[in-house]
Amino acid sequence: MKPRLLENKKDFTLKDFFLQWEWLLVVLIMAVFIMNTNLSEYFLDYDNLRDATMGFLDKAFMVLPMVFIILMGDIDISVGSIVALSSVIMGDLYNHGMPMEWAMVVCLAVGALCGWINGLLIVKFKELSAVIVTLATMIIYRGIAYIILEDQASGKFPEWFKFLGWDYVGNIPFILITFAVFAVAFGFLLHKTTFGRRVYAIGNNATASRYSGVQVDRIKIIVFTLAGLMAAVTAIFLTSRMGSTRPNIATGYELEVIAMVVLGGISTAGGKGRMIGAILAVFLIGFLRYGLGLVNVSAQMLLIILGLLLIFSVAIPQLKLRFTTGRKA
Amino acid sequence: MKQTTTESAVLQGSQISQDKQKQSASAMIAKFRELGLLAFIVLLSIGVQIRNPSFLTWENINDIATNTAILSILAVGMMLVIITRGIDLSIGATLALSGMIAALTVSHYPDLHPLLAIAVGVGIGLVCGIVLGFLVAWVNILPIIATLGMMNVFRGLTFETSGGKWVSAHQMPASFKGIATGSLFGINNLILIAIVIYIVAYYFISHTRTGRRIYAVGSNPDSAEISGIRTGRVLWLVYTIMGGLSGLAGVLWVSKFASAQGDTASGYELSVIAACVLGGVSIAGGVGKISGIVLGAILLGILNNALPMINVSPFWQMFIQGTIILIAVLVNALVKRGIDRNHLMRRKI
Amino acid sequence: MSETEYVLELKGITKIFPGVKALDDVYFKLKPGEIHALMGENGAGKSTFIKVITGVHSPEEGEMVLNGRKVQFNHPTDAQKAGIAAIYQHVTCYPDLSVTENIFMGHEKIQRGTNRILWNEMHKEADTLLQQLGAGFSPKTLMGALSVAEQQIVEIAKALSVDAKIIIMDEPTAALTKNESEELYRITERLRDRGTSIIFISHRFEDMYRLASKVTVFRDAKYIGTWNVDEISNSDLIIAMVGREISQLFPKKEAVIGEELLRVEGIGKTGYFADVSFSLRRGEILGLTGLVGAGRTEVCQTLFGIEQYDKGTVIFKGKVLKVKTPREAMRLGIGYLPEDRQKQGLVLQWEIGRNITLPTLSKFANKGIVNSRKELDIAKRLAEKVSVKAKSVFDLVSSLSGGNQQKVVFAKLLTAELDVLILDEPTKGVDVGAKSAIYEMISDLACSGYGIILVSSEMPEIIGMCDRVAVMREGRVTAMLDRQGLTQEAILEASMDDGASAPNTDGKRWAGA
Repeated sequence: MKPRLLENKKDFTLKDFFLQWEWLLVVLIMAVFIMNTNLSEYFLDYDNLRDATMGFLDKAFMVLPMVFIILMGDIDISVGSIVALSSVIMGDLYNHGMPMEWAMVVCLAVGALCGWINGLLIVKFKELSAVIVTLATMIIYRGIAYIILEDQASGKFPEWFKFLGWDYVGNIPFILITFAVFAVAFGFLLHKTTFGRRVYAIGNNATASRYSGVQVDRIKIIVFTLAGLMAAVTAIFLTSRMGSTRPNIATGYELEVIAMVVLGGISTAGGKGRMIGAILAVFLIGFLRYGLGLVNVSAQMLLIILGLLLIFSVAIPQLKLRFTTGRKA
Repeated sequence: MKQTTTESAVLQGSQISQDKQKQSASAMIAKFRELGLLAFIVLLSIGVQIRNPSFLTWENINDIATNTAILSILAVGMMLVIITRGIDLSIGATLALSGMIAALTVSHYPDLHPLLAIAVGVGIGLVCGIVLGFLVAWVNILPIIATLGMMNVFRGLTFETSGGKWVSAHQMPASFKGIATGSLFGINNLILIAIVIYIVAYYFISHTRTGRRIYAVGSNPDSAEISGIRTGRVLWLVYTIMGGLSGLAGVLWVSKFASAQGDTASGYELSVIAACVLGGVSIAGGVGKISGIVLGAILLGILNNALPMINVSPFWQMFIQGTIILIAVLVNALVKRGIDRNHLMRRKI
Repeated sequence: MSETEYVLELKGITKIFPGVKALDDVYFKLKPGEIHALMGENGAGKSTFIKVITGVHSPEEGEMVLNGRKVQFNHPTDAQKAGIAAIYQHVTCYPDLSVTENIFMGHEKIQRGTNRILWNEMHKEADTLLQQLGAGFSPKTLMGALSVAEQQIVEIAKALSVDAKIIIMDEPTAALTKNESEELYRITERLRDRGTSIIFISHRFEDMYRLASKVTVFRDAKYIGTWNVDEISNSDLIIAMVGREISQLFPKKEAVIGEELLRVEGIGKTGYFADVSFSLRRGEILGLTGLVGAGRTEVCQTLFGIEQYDKGTVIFKGKVLKVKTPREAMRLGIGYLPEDRQKQGLVLQWEIGRNITLPTLSKFANKGIVNSRKELDIAKRLAEKVSVKAKSVFDLVSSLSGGNQQKVVFAKLLTAELDVLILDEPTKGVDVGAKSAIYEMISDLACSGYGIILVSSEMPEIIGMCDRVAVMREGRVTAMLDRQGLTQEAILEASMDDGASAPNTDGKRWAGA
């Protein structure tokens, strides 16, 4: 007698559908819009919103691979430093006569290399956590940037380079289009491909994944390399927008990136969360920051808000667990 | 098996003589590590001295010692945090916040006794630590996330309280600046304070129950829970101590440099972590000694002081520091692997 | 019955975990100075029972009476204060701390007033305790540097240091050699003579006959009965534990034995095993047995590419096999069902379907893009094939019982095209009904042409299922038995240390197949 597995479809209930974390983000984004509209008459204006988007999208590129990393239960706090290093190398090479196009290619290569080194160290030294490895490389990468440029800046980039960060295709910012393309690609990679499925498997149970023939090490290295690569993409856009580069750029970006990912509902314990959540969180934090900027809230206040947002978005699921099960996770 | 031995195993001398060979293998590496560090410090000093004779002058040594004092005070707290398998990235910000508030307080009340100023700083630090401990121990947030978030909150608060302005030397009463520049029995206050803290911390972690339980929690949290240790309380305590020490270090820092800024000690947590891993504190938890981290802090202090003296550009400092952290943790890992392999080889089949 | 006749009495204990009754109306009585064996198969509820006694779990129903007083433990410390100590098979200790600290953790000796730890007193007392137990190491040794047997002695010293009146030993001999076990018996008897009551849990009948005066049997989370050890025959005890005659449990069919699939020639891995040789043919079930820690799992893991062997060769289907990852092993045709299904076999938070397709995901994908429909079809077909009891393949694996979870792990193996299946303790923690289904499945798989290596510590299982058996002891194969020579005695003899043999007193034998 074989039992039949009758149902071919997942149970679908409206309650489950609306209890998803992402709806909370949508509601929050709407709240930010309403609040900002009330605070400032300039907020709800297409041109303003569009330009605001350009202002906060640069770091959003790093959010995409960071979703993968945190899903696997790891963390990468070196991404800000990779931005600085790849940007500084790009600027310095250009100032030493390399064509800008080639400098950009080198920038991407440097980013990917930095990420690959992170991945390799984490895989080869499993007894060390990703925290300590990327903490060390965070200092090293920025240290190299300081060795290269010291306290100088490099800049005077060609006019066309500015286009990347400042210009529009039609009426849509180029950076937004690029981000949309990458976001779709990363979302597709995570949710539709075998690669993404295996990332989730690793995040939930790395040992079982290995026993099931998943090449855990290879996937980790690829993901960390992607994180480095996307940090370099951020470096290009950030440099373009600033018009020059220094070793101290993108300081603290890792915090914002991790905050966005965690706020997007990706669990720091690994294995849970979706790309769309992180993307919504990018816009939530971006518009919040923009709106608060309009009413002259200081940059320092924003720092506090960002820190608290990070804490709350991790604390809420933990507290929910604590009060529903009565025990710590 | 961890590669180093804990305080207890070493400190009780050799009451029982026929210790088995097994024990000495790991104990020896622990000793070897400290001797190695010491030897490295000596060689480095000699090398630098040859290049620049003004290195080993009384003045410069004093300078190194006072700089190292603050670093090592923080390293004591960080060691406790790392022993419990945690990490605290917020200490630079806590230091700045407490230093700033202490400096603002003395600039408004110049007659305040310096000890009260210290109390203000330590109090602020304790509050920061209690908040962190709550987040880590009670809410159960990963230490890296909690301290990364609070680092920004504390740093933001530092700017907010000062309105973005500096508190500079002329706003501080001489008594306040005297905390760091003054001396007792001919020894600089900073060094004295640091030594007192080493002794207290040493006593705490090797001769009190609570201190030993910090090691127990780091060595095996599940067993600790079964042994009836309230792991949450231990974690909370550890972050609170770290906060308190950061607060103290904040006052000392501001007093020493006679200025409080919004970005005081930004990134300093990295040096502190470096001192710990250099001193043999295991990131995997359960292992760490005061003597180790003091040596680690001294080595870093000497490096920071010596590099400019032998004409290494200050812009190399960060890279060197990062490389030291990386090499130290990689070596720790490799040594441990070697020991494990040795154990396997010795198994008879 | 006087109130003080028993030191510990448990009545009608029921413990429910989400989805499972781990203990169902269970009784237990313990006299002072008694060694009481607690027996039952894996998953019978023994571990949960211990955790109830030691205060790790609070039962939903039932009461616990200690020295005539009703008690309730909410935390392990409550049980410790009441004089109950437990010694686990996997010693839970602090590897970074000294032996002394391990003994006294939680009840350190401190000086009144100053609260200073009295190291000298603690070392002295630890040394005394260790000497009483005949240990040859110093209390200042780091715990992590000791062998498992030595660590267990420390655990016993710990129990003595709190003056425990009741000591629970959970499979303490599982990882010990014969001599080490002897040592442990001696210590245990000495404890008993001092008036300590001991609950002794073991798989080894030998332990029970050697030590215990009473035996209580659990089966499927239920209480079966309590007997005097000298009054119950071996076969009755087995029936009590298993619930039926062994012969009914193993539906072994005769498979056609085909060509040689795998030949292992003298492989070794430093510190784990050495000089291991055996061969496996199509349709054959090769048993791999021995005590826990004999190196069986390690051998299998090197064949599957989890670890690498450093000596010898493995010939698989005529070619030298040197796999570096499980993925390579699976591609070549070797599958492995891991010992710990929750940690190594399954992604518990996932649906059944996703678990089944994880090893062969690429098959259900076109250029890396997952084809959900195809995936779902296969998952559903395989789940039905191994008879997983669930509502649909979208049920979470964590909601299934142990037996059904194990079936899902089997289904994972069936997705790939394999020739050799290595099954590491496939019935561990599985209830009797599911056990028999799994045996049937194994038998069917052999008939359909797989070569199967069955790793197991359960002797009836080995004897009931295998065509040939390799017995391992301390990293070496000590006997290769074929079906004719397959007896309890032969296996026990080969798995124990030199000079030891199975107890062969009348009526005190393991049941044969």
